[in-house]
Formats: sequence, C-alpha cells, structure tokens
Amino acid sequence: MSSVLQTHLAANRPTDSAQAARLRVPPQRVVPLLQRPQVQRVFYPLLVGALLTALWQGLVVGLELPPYLVPSPYLMLQTLVADWATLGMALLSTLKVTLLAFVTATAVGVLISFLFVQSRRIETALFPYAVLLQVTPIVAVAPLIIIWVKNPIAAMTVCASLVALFPIISNTTLGLRSVDPDLQSYFKLNRATRWQQLLRLRIPSALPYFFGGLRISSGLSLIGAVVAEFVAGTGGAGAGLAYQILQAGFQLNIPRMFAALLLISLAGVALFALMAWLSKLALGSWHASETSHD
Amino acid sequence: MPSVAVPPGAAPAVEVLSAQKTYPNGTQALLPVDLSIAEGEFVTLLGPSGCGKSTLLKMVAGLLEPSDGRLLVWRKPVAHIDEGGRKMAFVFQAPTLMPWASVQANVRLPLDLAGMARAEADERVADALSLVGLDEFAGALPRALSGGMQMRVSIARGLVTQPNLLLMDEPFGALDEITRHKLDADLLDLWRKKRLTVIFVTHSIHEAVFLSSRVIMMAARPGRVVDQLFIDEPYPRKQDFLVSTSFSRYAKLLQDSLLRASSAQEQLQP
Repeated sequence: MSSVLQTHLAANRPTDSAQAARLRVPPQRVVPLLQRPQVQRVFYPLLVGALLTALWQGLVVGLELPPYLVPSPYLMLQTLVADWATLGMALLSTLKVTLLAFVTATAVGVLISFLFVQSRRIETALFPYAVLLQVTPIVAVAPLIIIWVKNPIAAMTVCASLVALFPIISNTTLGLRSVDPDLQSYFKLNRATRWQQLLRLRIPSALPYFFGGLRISSGLSLIGAVVAEFVAGTGGAGAGLAYQILQAGFQLNIPRMFAALLLISLAGVALFALMAWLSKLALGSWHASETSHD
Repeated sequence: MPSVAVPPGAAPAVEVLSAQKTYPNGTQALLPVDLSIAEGEFVTLLGPSGCGKSTLLKMVAGLLEPSDGRLLVWRKPVAHIDEGGRKMAFVFQAPTLMPWASVQANVRLPLDLAGMARAEADERVADALSLVGLDEFAGALPRALSGGMQMRVSIARGLVTQPNLLLMDEPFGALDEITRHKLDADLLDLWRKKRLTVIFVTHSIHEAVFLSSRVIMMAARPGRVVDQLFIDEPYPRKQDFLVSTSFSRYAKLLQDSLLRASSAQEQLQP
C-alpha cells in the first residue's frame, strides 16, 4: 500500500512542484500609495508638521501678534531667504565645528573603549572619570577651555567633543564586551589570538552598540557646538548660528532668530538621518534592530 | 567512585583520571570521575540537568579546568593535543554562529583562525557543507536558515577541520523531534564514514540508546557518574531500531538505573 502511494506521489511530483511554484508567486496587488509603510513613515510626520505650521500661521495672523514676539512661519521663511548670505555662512561654520567634534569624539571614544576592554582594572580605574566628564556641565568648563586653547575653532571643537564623547565610550565598551560567551569559547577552543578575537569577534559584535552611540553623539556634537559658540563665539567671518541668534536677540530681530533656530533643528535632523542610514548600511543585512521592521 | 574502563584492546582517545569540579563557593558540580573512552567509540553522557555532564565535556575540551584530577586526550594533557596533529571539535547546544557572516564564512572560521590558505579552505568548506546537505546555502546569512539548518552549519563547522574527536553538548536539544531524528541519523552516518570518536551529551534516553555504543549514566546533586551500559546493537541502525524490543529493553534499563540513582540520593538527603 505504502509503496503504491509512493509511486503515485513520485509520478505526481513534477506537476505538484510546478503548481506550488505557481502558487508561491505573489499576486500582483497594487497597494494604495498611502498604505505603503515607506510612504507612511514620511507622510505622517509631514502632515503633523504642516498642520502645526498652519495653526501657527493662523494664530499669528488671527491674533495679530507682533513679529517681535512671535513671527509667522511665512515671515520666518522670508527672513531665511533674505538673510541667506549671513545665515548660510553661519550654518556652514556651525556644521564645521559639529563635524570636527563628532569625528574627534568618535576617534577618541573608540580608542578609550579599546583601552577599557583590555582589562577590567583599567576600566574600573578610569570609568568614573569618563562619568565625571559627562556630568560636568560644559557651560561651566567652556570658559576655561577658551582660555587654554587659543584658536577659537579648536576651542569650540574641544568643548563639543567633550559633550559628545561619553555615549561613544559607554556604548562601544558595552558592545566590545557583549560577545556571545559560547562564540568566545569557540574562538578560545580554536586557539584564536587576541588580535583575531578582536577583529573577527569583538568588533563585529560591538557594531550595533557603536552605531547606537553614533546616533546619540551626532546630536550631542551639534548641541555642544552651539553651546560652545554661545560661550566663545566670535563675530566676523567665522560666526556660527549661535552667534547669529545672540546678535538677533540683542537687536530684537526675532524672525532672524527663528530662522537660525530652524536651521539648527534641520541640521540636527539631517545628522540623525545620516547616522540612521549609515547604521542601516552596516547592519541592515544581519542585525535585528535594522531588519525586524521590514 | 565507579570506574568505567575502556573496552579491551582499543587505544584510549580520552582518559579522565579522578577529575572533579568544585566551585569556589563549595558547590560540587562533579564528584571525581574515572572514565576511559577508546578510539572510534560513540559515547553518550546521559543524565538529568545538574548532573555535571556538560561540565565533564567542557573539561575534556579544555574549556574548564578540573579542580582536581587530570584529563588526557590521546595520552596528552588537553592543552598540548595540537602537537600530535590530531584534532578535536566542539559543537555547542546553540548553533553559536556569527550572525554577520555568511554560512560559508562561518564554516571557514576554524580554518581562517588556523591560517589556512583561502583556496584550500574554500574547498574544505564546500566539502563540509555538502556533507550536511547545505551546499545551496553557502552564501546565506544564519538568520535566513531554520534552527535545524543552523545546527547543521554548526556541525559542518565542527567537521571542516577534519577532527578525530567530536564533542557535542546537547546539540539537538532545542530542535523539534522530527528534525532531531533526522540529524541523529545523519550524525551516525558521519561517525561511521569518518571513523570519528564522539562524546555526545544528552538528557534524552531515546537519543542515547539510538546513537551510542556506550552510555555513561550520571546523576545530580552532587553531579556524578553512576553506571554505564553498552548498547550491543550493530550499526548501521535504522529507524526500525527505534520501535524494536531491544531498544525498549535498553531504554528501560537506563531509565531504571537513572531513577534508582536519584531516589538513592533522596534517601540520603531528605
């Protein structure tokens, strides 16, 4: 009986699998634009933004608020276009400090993490000082740094790096330590050298944590750069957005203040998006944080 | 301390000489064990959780140091077995793959670590993958595979170094029964084909009877070896063996013996 059944199945197999293959092709269903997740992810935030802007514009016009208290979004955009020569230069200057600080913090932070994972003793001895750096308000330290470092760009970079450093250190250290213990045993069993373990096991295991740190630090670099500029900012050609905000405040040029603020926010969002994209690029194929929501 | 000897006339692959493990807090993970395993044997360490079977296996592998006693592999201390040119491989309970690396790169890992030339290594990887039936998945990432397939990758990684001794720590414990039967049968084929010595840890009596030429029975609290049983059933063993009377007889013997060991312990420590 069973052999009869088997012959029967064997004879039917080609058609069966052909049918299965045909069934497996998903039917060409057209998904409405608004129901696609990629579109939703962009559309909903934009919708909220548009509604809030409209509400703002409506309130300012309706209540006849004076522009030196609250400018309307339209006036803000007008100012942005009119003052673009100044504000654009300021944006570039702030971004320069931000990026310098971000790169410095990343490089220094990763080096410190590597130092920390060499031995628990080193980490125990030094970690409290990393925390100390993090909890000391940069505004309090900045004047000192500005006295010590002559070049204003360098001084501001140091300030902003100090702000952005800690998340890189703590995340990368955690990542370098978060190795699957069995996998580590496997490397040990195969007599892997320290160097092989670092390159093939610790660094790849640390990447998801490292990118998490990058995301936080990219925003902190910008905050650090703006704060440093408030304390140390100089006018003239190298003036950044924070300096523009201060100046606009003194002159009660509130629309320009808002325009500068808008540029800072946009720069922050752009940096965050860039980091998210990098993280997706590096981890997208294998790590759960980047693969689960597809 | 029951002494478990080698079957006469075979060279010992593994000798456990009064090895024991006591943790610094006083927990006795394993009372002194004397055990000798011959070349070509398929030995199963069988017992409930906490009986020290994984501890014993990890001591053979050199992953754990015995707190007293010695272990020899091919008559050498475990740290020096490389010198003899013979190799040991360890398969963990979980697949333990690198999630960022392809199946191929995962299997090639031990060869890469040993510094083998890429061309030769790739050839060996292809052989190992076809041995476990995963040739088509060389480029896939582990997350794209099912649990059973990941375990096969792990076994391929164990075999790629062409080991003489294979240590397996409950390798199929997390798999469904159907997949487990399939992999058990595949493992027996490999063992015969490659003339391996296998030490296999499990808590499944059926798996132990089906696979082993000898079963070492262990009991918990404190972890210890209580007895052994030779399974005198010729290989190759087919699925029919699973439903034969001799299979049931062996299973019953093992079960009674394990029950006796644990109830004796309860009388000692109420």
